Amino acid sequence: MKRSAKSTARATLSRRAFVAGTAATVGLLCAAPYISKRSRRRFTGGIVGGNSTLGHALRDGQLPPPAQTADVGIVIVGGGISGLSAARQLWRRGFKDFVVLELENRPGGNAISGRNEVSAFPWAAHYVPIASSDTVEVTKLFEELGVIRGHDDAGRPIYHEEYLCADPMERLFTHGRWQEGIVPQVGLSAAEQEVQDSFFAEMRRLKDARGKDGRRAFAIPLDASSQDEEFRRLDKITMADYLRENGWFDAATLRWYVDYCCRDDYGAGIDKVSAWAGVHYFASRNAVAANAAGDAVVTWPEGNGWFVEQLQAPFASHIHNSCAVWNIEPEGPRVLVDYYDAANKQSYRLRAQGVVWAGPQFVAQRVIRPLREQRANPGVVYSPWMVANLTLDALPAGRGMDLAWDNVIYDSPSLGYVVATHQNLQTVPRRTVLTYYQPLDEDEPAVARQKAWSRSYHEWCEMILSDLAKAHPDIGDRVTNLDVWLWGHAMARPVPGFIWGAARAEMRQPCGNVVFAHSDLSGLSIFEEAYTHGVRAADALLHTLSPT
Amino acid sequence: MSDRRIKYLLLGSVFVIATCGLIYELIAGTLASYLLGDSVTQFSTIIGTYLFAMGIGSYLSKFIARHEVTVFIQVEILVGLIGGCSAGLLFVLFAEVHSFRVLLYSVVTIIGVLVGLEIPLLLRILKDRLEFKELVSQVFTFDYIGALLASLLFPLVLVPRLGLVRSSFLFGALNVLVALATLRLLKRFVGRARSLQAAGSMILVGLILGFAFSDRLTAWAEKSAYVDNIIFARSTPYQRIVLTRDANDLRLYLNANLQFSSRDEYRYHEALVHPGLARLAEPRDVLVLGGGDGLAVREVLKYPSVTNVVLVDLDPEITTLFATQELLVRLNEGALRSPRVRVVNADAFTWLQANTNRFDFVVVDFPDPSNFSLGKLYTTAFYARLQTALRPHAAFAVQCTSPWVARKSFWCVDETLRVSGFRTEPYHLYVPSFGEWGFILASFEPLPQSLKLPDGLKFVSEASTRDMFHFPPDMGPIKVEPNRLNNQMLVRYFEAEWANYVH
Repeated sequence: MKRSAKSTARATLSRRAFVAGTAATVGLLCAAPYISKRSRRRFTGGIVGGNSTLGHALRDGQLPPPAQTADVGIVIVGGGISGLSAARQLWRRGFKDFVVLELENRPGGNAISGRNEVSAFPWAAHYVPIASSDTVEVTKLFEELGVIRGHDDAGRPIYHEEYLCADPMERLFTHGRWQEGIVPQVGLSAAEQEVQDSFFAEMRRLKDARGKDGRRAFAIPLDASSQDEEFRRLDKITMADYLRENGWFDAATLRWYVDYCCRDDYGAGIDKVSAWAGVHYFASRNAVAANAAGDAVVTWPEGNGWFVEQLQAPFASHIHNSCAVWNIEPEGPRVLVDYYDAANKQSYRLRAQGVVWAGPQFVAQRVIRPLREQRANPGVVYSPWMVANLTLDALPAGRGMDLAWDNVIYDSPSLGYVVATHQNLQTVPRRTVLTYYQPLDEDEPAVARQKAWSRSYHEWCEMILSDLAKAHPDIGDRVTNLDVWLWGHAMARPVPGFIWGAARAEMRQPCGNVVFAHSDLSGLSIFEEAYTHGVRAADALLHTLSPT
Repeated sequence: MSDRRIKYLLLGSVFVIATCGLIYELIAGTLASYLLGDSVTQFSTIIGTYLFAMGIGSYLSKFIARHEVTVFIQVEILVGLIGGCSAGLLFVLFAEVHSFRVLLYSVVTIIGVLVGLEIPLLLRILKDRLEFKELVSQVFTFDYIGALLASLLFPLVLVPRLGLVRSSFLFGALNVLVALATLRLLKRFVGRARSLQAAGSMILVGLILGFAFSDRLTAWAEKSAYVDNIIFARSTPYQRIVLTRDANDLRLYLNANLQFSSRDEYRYHEALVHPGLARLAEPRDVLVLGGGDGLAVREVLKYPSVTNVVLVDLDPEITTLFATQELLVRLNEGALRSPRVRVVNADAFTWLQANTNRFDFVVVDFPDPSNFSLGKLYTTAFYARLQTALRPHAAFAVQCTSPWVARKSFWCVDETLRVSGFRTEPYHLYVPSFGEWGFILASFEPLPQSLKLPDGLKFVSEASTRDMFHFPPDMGPIKVEPNRLNNQMLVRYFEAEWANYVH
């Protein structure tokens, strides 16, 4: 009796345990996907760039007076591509008594990059097209840095294959799948195809066109372009007007494509940028190479951060970071440069023989005293941008063409993303970093800037991920980190009348022993312009200082 | 419940357990043939072991003095559990264990012993309910009918419809159902009835779940894609590895692309290695890129002068599998265990960047350039890096798909090697499982013409080698672009050519 009772108790217990165990297991099995999905949506990150505190302190004049004065040969203000190029040119010509003062905590400007455990990645500029016939200085740079490794029998440059953007280069998400190339190809009507053909034929014609002065219609650097009014008149109308003039505007796919290209290079669309700038995008590049097509580009995981490293390497100790220049004024034949060093919260004065101003024009206008007092503000319009870097634990899935370097979503407010690991030689990268670009061009720049500063990190994430989810429904589960960088004044915008107008011509004129070097001087924020201005400014200043 | 009904139910269970018993035996035999090949030997030894184990079970039954019903139910539950899981277990563990045979025969023996216990126990349970001659007659009648049913069901219904793993779960569940039915009928003779019922129910649920999810266990979905039976399938971070076996043919697929068939792989691997390596004087250091199966290494090791072989393969799962799994080690003759061989798991492209050693001969045995990732391994940039790993008189052989199916692809690799600064000697041969297949031998300097072939080759000879270097007009050179990182021409040719190829 006793024994039987015990065994009943045990049996009851085990039955209860069995029922409970089964229920728990079933419950867990049902809940598991939900739990794991919930937990995977959490990723790290924040708004990491676009800290404008130091810049705004400079604007508001809250900086202490200089504590010490020192003498130096040349001060270069700004450690972006133009500043580093100027410094490199001084160094190459044996002039080593210079300092570079950079506002941010590292040099690079628009070419800065980041790095995490997965890859290096760009924070803005991320490629340079192979050099066109007029792009003389950059060609020399390419040869010196080993980007061009030699020439074939026909004299065509041989580019370093590992630096050329690997195939596949571009793809477009349209009609629910990825197609190769960014020019829309899928589902075109005959009329749209005809407009596309006509547009590209005209661009090919303009690529070879020359003005009465014998210069190319559209050259890089742009100041090498023809002065012929036939082409310069395009600077007075918008790109949208140009498309209308030629009967191309009503083809939605071409209009989108041209608008995309303008936003990509200038941070604003066809209704805001000049037709000259718009056509320049398509008709300026005429490169030839032994081992690449004419439209090839060179790129690295860190984007143009590669150039930053290469340019600064010989003179890195001459670069002072986190230094805000707040006053520049002539003193006899010398130039005084007052700057605030955020590292030790002190201001200093440098007495220099000359200055290369390699910062943006809107800051020059505040900082350089003769400009402030004598020159009219050239009124450069700056496009604000948002750039995000997304670290993924797997390559994003998608229908159609394989993952490319540049991946664009049709009709998106963004410009899509580039893949940082694309240039890796590793056969199968398992994790990657996507750099997502969005010009903030829906509103006027000042309004767009205000809106951007007031948006929270989570709002940015929501915007970015919902845009990417159109092409990659799984993107939310793939992201392990998402960082956002806001560029308030990312680049000068080539609005109609700017490139061939009087203000830009005046901006380029030196101010005593202060010479200018920045892509703002071109109105196109591209590497070739910045580099050429840097080299030219250094040469000009050396000539002024010792005119032999 | 009447004794009469109990009697019929018990006789019914004789029928069921007889069917189950034979099914387990057939499953084990079939599995062993799939996995180990040589079906006559496998079936014969499995049946022998199984029958002998049943004999042990019958013998052991005499030591069960009391509680026959309880023990019978326990045995049924155990047979259901072990027999039911046997096929799944053997599939899953095939790649994991070093000596698969020990596992296989252990499982067969355990099931055999348990099945051997069943009939003697049933006879004893039924002995008071039937006359002896009736008892023996009826039990064995049902036993043999069950065996007939099993032997017909197995090839006609179970294997084609359910497959081995599901069949085994299904019959395991039937065994457990017999246990639960017996328990219900003869509760009064059973101690701990409730705990037995709980255990039986739980195992039943487990077997049903196993049946339901056996898809995942064996990647059943893929089965239709492969002609043969999948004996191993696993997704690594790099690729999907599938091994199939049919009759005496073992095949390796990576991402559903055939890598070799054991019937004719010697043709491929002898041709990949010997026409180049046999022309070098006293080669010492050999590099094998890709080819984690160790089959090219096996050929390389036939040269006594070779003292140092470095094998670079991306996927540690592959090299581990081919260094440890009995069947695969037999195929590559233990090449990956040789003291002359060093296995490196790395990406070939990035490994070459860091490498400072120089080699006399390199075997470049990558999968076909079917996507942009693999296409990188056939570019001018890759060959530029490979150059830095070669001694001045070195040579290397590259596998380059079929010059008949993918003529442009084949000559694209040749053009790529030429613009990379190498002399090339393209060659080809017929590999039955692949079709007409091509290789390219490349070197800085002209190679000596004399061949010093090792003994015991099955395909490569001086005469067959001469033929290999001759290309008939339908596979001859054709004007193509070289393959560069920035144009990936090869992947584009390859896709177009194989897309047009109708099997």
